[in-house]
Amino acid sequence: MEVLYATCVGVLFACGVFLILRARTFPVVLGLTMMSYGVNLFLFASGRIHSNKAAVLGESAQYADPLPQALVLTAIVIGFAMTAFVVILAIRARADLGHDHVHARFPKIKGKE
Amino acid sequence: MPHFVSLPVLMPMLSGILLLLPPSGKNLKARRIVSSIMAVLTFAVSAYMLKNALSGEIFVYAIGNWQAPFGIVLVADVMSSMLVALTSFLAMVCVFYSLCGDDEAGSFFHPLLHFLLLGVNGAFLTGDLFNLFVFFEVLLISSYALLMHSSDKHKTQSALHYVVLNLVGSSVFLVALGILYGVLGTLNIADMALKAAELSGDDRALLNIGGMLLLIVFALKAAVIPLQFWLPATYSSALPVVAALFAIMTKVGIYAIIRVYPTIFVEPNSASTHIAQDWLWPGAIITLIMGILGVLASKDLRMIVANLVIISIGALIAAIAFNTPGAIAAALYYLIHSTLVTAGLFLLADVIGKQRGKVAVRLVPAKPIGQPILLGTSFIVFVLAVVGMPPFSGFIGKVWLLQEALNVDKAAWFWSVYLVVSLLVLVTLTRAGSQLFWRHNGQEPSETKATPCQLIGVLSLLLCSPLLSIFAGPISEITTLAASQVFDITGLQQAVLGGK
Repeated sequence: MEVLYATCVGVLFACGVFLILRARTFPVVLGLTMMSYGVNLFLFASGRIHSNKAAVLGESAQYADPLPQALVLTAIVIGFAMTAFVVILAIRARADLGHDHVHARFPKIKGKE
Repeated sequence: MPHFVSLPVLMPMLSGILLLLPPSGKNLKARRIVSSIMAVLTFAVSAYMLKNALSGEIFVYAIGNWQAPFGIVLVADVMSSMLVALTSFLAMVCVFYSLCGDDEAGSFFHPLLHFLLLGVNGAFLTGDLFNLFVFFEVLLISSYALLMHSSDKHKTQSALHYVVLNLVGSSVFLVALGILYGVLGTLNIADMALKAAELSGDDRALLNIGGMLLLIVFALKAAVIPLQFWLPATYSSALPVVAALFAIMTKVGIYAIIRVYPTIFVEPNSASTHIAQDWLWPGAIITLIMGILGVLASKDLRMIVANLVIISIGALIAAIAFNTPGAIAAALYYLIHSTLVTAGLFLLADVIGKQRGKVAVRLVPAKPIGQPILLGTSFIVFVLAVVGMPPFSGFIGKVWLLQEALNVDKAAWFWSVYLVVSLLVLVTLTRAGSQLFWRHNGQEPSETKATPCQLIGVLSLLLCSPLLSIFAGPISEITTLAASQVFDITGLQQAVLGGK
């Protein structure tokens, strides 16, 4: 399970970084979202990966560390608010600047119209 | 439990909420009155906390009475209280400055300013790394919105860059926290220091990876090379009063580095070195060089001031890389001075720009400004302070930093780079000043006069510089005490964790 989990986090991060490096705002926003998914999964794993362990005392023979779950919840809420803000900002930038490139225009490349 | 420790966090939150509710929610006049009163009160409680902290005792406030390391604690030592008082003072000045018109463009200027104050004060006071992340997000989301306040087309682009960069920074912060929690099992700074000292082998390698990831985040906030490219565009496109307030935000990154690295990430065999030093030292020198290149290339005064922020960050990071109590004390003195002076310069640039009409502070001939003697004198004082000429505070900060460089055998690089940088800053600002005040296109002088709020804002920051040098003795004693507390890890642990 660890390998599968680690691969998921890694793929999410790789896709996120790739998309953030794109030049248009929509892929950048998608990339940020993917990266925050990866981060949330990663934070969750910092309490070690178990099965059949409750985070509440007395519910199962052994209990899981509840703190990473609280951290993930906080991170999800904050990440959600930030994503909402960046979406609005991207729409506003498209309207204000007339272009959805992050520099508001395509860079001129030599020898290419 | 000392409840006053929670007040510098609670007061801005309360004022933010009050400012959103009726009657101040819809009424600009009521909002101004409430905002000013609350800003003064926040400063008063911060000053009270600083007065208490000066006794040398570390005050710990366990939120909800959950004891550390299980609950979140606020820790008020001299360094935190000093920076909280500085932030509250700066916010108060910015509130007064904004009363003459800057707050009219949108209804949320005052609430956002207080929420930003909440985030910054919280970040300075918290004793828990995850809580530090939360307060970082509070201050960031307020800063995003303040940056867009009364914005035009050109601001949107730099705001977009700023927001995306900081969101990536937040992700890296969380990854670092995940690694650190996985290795140490705690996020309370004092407890982390205790646990980190016992680690060895692979666990220590993981700890160092977490620490270096954290350094990326703090360096991004502080604008250290190579993560400083967002700063000049952001600061010079923000509303001037917002830019003045942002002068404290880079210092949050500096504070976080000072707070975390000498405490948690010390090398196991030598207590006086930490893992970030070898990276920060070249970073500091290159930041200084990049800052001065930016200053030389700038075509308007606000851009010059934004790049001056980068130079001050370079000097501060160099002091952190020295990592002696003396160097940290010098850095804290320099930090107070540079925050107040750069904030004052942002405000002064705004006043000058309003009197020059359309060209604002671009360095081209324009009509003569309305109050050349008043503004010119203020400009000279700020320039002398920022360059570090006697008798102003910059001189003491600079000489102290140079002296500390001698003690750690890094003088050759630091002296040569920093002194050349100071000289070039003097040259550039002299050129800028003669362009702004003497070169004009022969029109009638401007009719615009500085409003009372503008004068209060600029002059109160201006006065700080001579006051910092007159009271340099007591203030340097305070920063020395603060620096000695930074390196006294057992003292912190006893205060936070009790008699363990």
